[in-house]
Amino acid sequence: MAIISRGFTGRRSAAEAKLPPGQYLTTDFPVLSAGPTPHISLDRWDFTIDDGSNVLKRWDWKSFRELPSETITTDLHCVTRWSKLGTSWEGVSLDVLLADLKTDLPYAMFRSYGDYTTNLPVKDIINKQAWIAFKYDGADLAPEHGGPARLLVPHLYLWKSAKWVKGLSLMPHDKPGFWESLGYHIYGDPWREQRYSEE
Amino acid sequence: MTWRTATVVGLHDETRTARTLTLAVRDWPGHVAGQHVDVRLTAPDGYSAVRSYSIASPPSADGRIEITVEQLPNGEVSPYLTEEVVAGDELELRGPIGGWFVWRSDQREPIQLLAGGSGIVPLMGMIRSRLLANNAAPFRLLYSVREPEAIFYREELEALSAKHVTVNYAYTRAVPNDWPRPPGRVDRDLIASVTWPANLNATCYLCGPTGFVETVADLLSMAGNRREKIRTERFGPTGERK
Repeated sequence: MAIISRGFTGRRSAAEAKLPPGQYLTTDFPVLSAGPTPHISLDRWDFTIDDGSNVLKRWDWKSFRELPSETITTDLHCVTRWSKLGTSWEGVSLDVLLADLKTDLPYAMFRSYGDYTTNLPVKDIINKQAWIAFKYDGADLAPEHGGPARLLVPHLYLWKSAKWVKGLSLMPHDKPGFWESLGYHIYGDPWREQRYSEE
Repeated sequence: MTWRTATVVGLHDETRTARTLTLAVRDWPGHVAGQHVDVRLTAPDGYSAVRSYSIASPPSADGRIEITVEQLPNGEVSPYLTEEVVAGDELELRGPIGGWFVWRSDQREPIQLLAGGSGIVPLMGMIRSRLLANNAAPFRLLYSVREPEAIFYREELEALSAKHVTVNYAYTRAVPNDWPRPPGRVDRDLIASVTWPANLNATCYLCGPTGFVETVADLLSMAGNRREKIRTERFGPTGERK
């Protein structure tokens, strides 16, 4: 039984009713990251997919941007409790990047410039659920929001949408990434409020 | 992670808009400096709101922690904690949370703390933790505030500054009388003159609003500090992280 906070009424709106539990709405775009923002030049950028021993695919910026892209309109849910509705992105679907790869490894570890990592089941990044996004609101993605390119997996808490992404490693078993090793949930479903590792 | 009952056992104002709450937490498991807690308020009809607050007190075995809450305009939880709560009230709390932005009392390397506004709270936890552990690691703090009246823990920092931590202030809007530097944001010259030289390989803990953290992290990098030695914690314009 929760303790009732004498004199507390709270601030609620109709829009908050459709948010995941424990989230509140924001209209700006807060920034959260563990260290300084890396500034990555496009002529040194690349994106690779490997299976832990061999590089299976590789794109430089030019070949990456020649891939078919999509616009995505989606809600974002950050573990620090803000949610932002109807954000607009452009990116390349992971379905495109993973197409014709002959592998059935079930987990992925995304890697970023600045050494950030985050883990995801492959089933969560295929079938129109994840993109490598390079535009936000019609403009090139700003460095503090993950530019030149970030992962976008909007059905999970936003820390899974790794900024400054540079590739992914396919793995036979799940393994915690950066925040997942530091007390945050291994999967991170906002609708089940999977914030911390003990829940 | 379980919700615990916390009784408010002490309250005092740090500034016109910030207040420190001392909480006695049932079965508190202990914490490490830099960690935060989630605080939950519940209205009579069951509606609840949760926000995260950094712990200002050092690890201790007495089951008490302190948080310092800055009242945010249009905040949902912070006005309640800064104005409504009285001693004896019970709140719900869970934690400690966070394993990255922490300082452990067995760390021996030089430490550079950089705070913007209420970003001082977890850093104060580190300073107090160092003192409690009799750790001799060299600490420096650069604390950026709008004006002298906005300083948290002012007397305590003054008392500690002779011996335990070198404290420097940057005033962005109004400076004390006879202050040598005009009001302004932290810049390259200030970083060069009051933070540890990069060759000491200090670990830097940087906490404050997003703009402050972005700028200062870049300045620290440009001054030669290695990226992996710079740990940041940010809160956005609407964030009630601190």
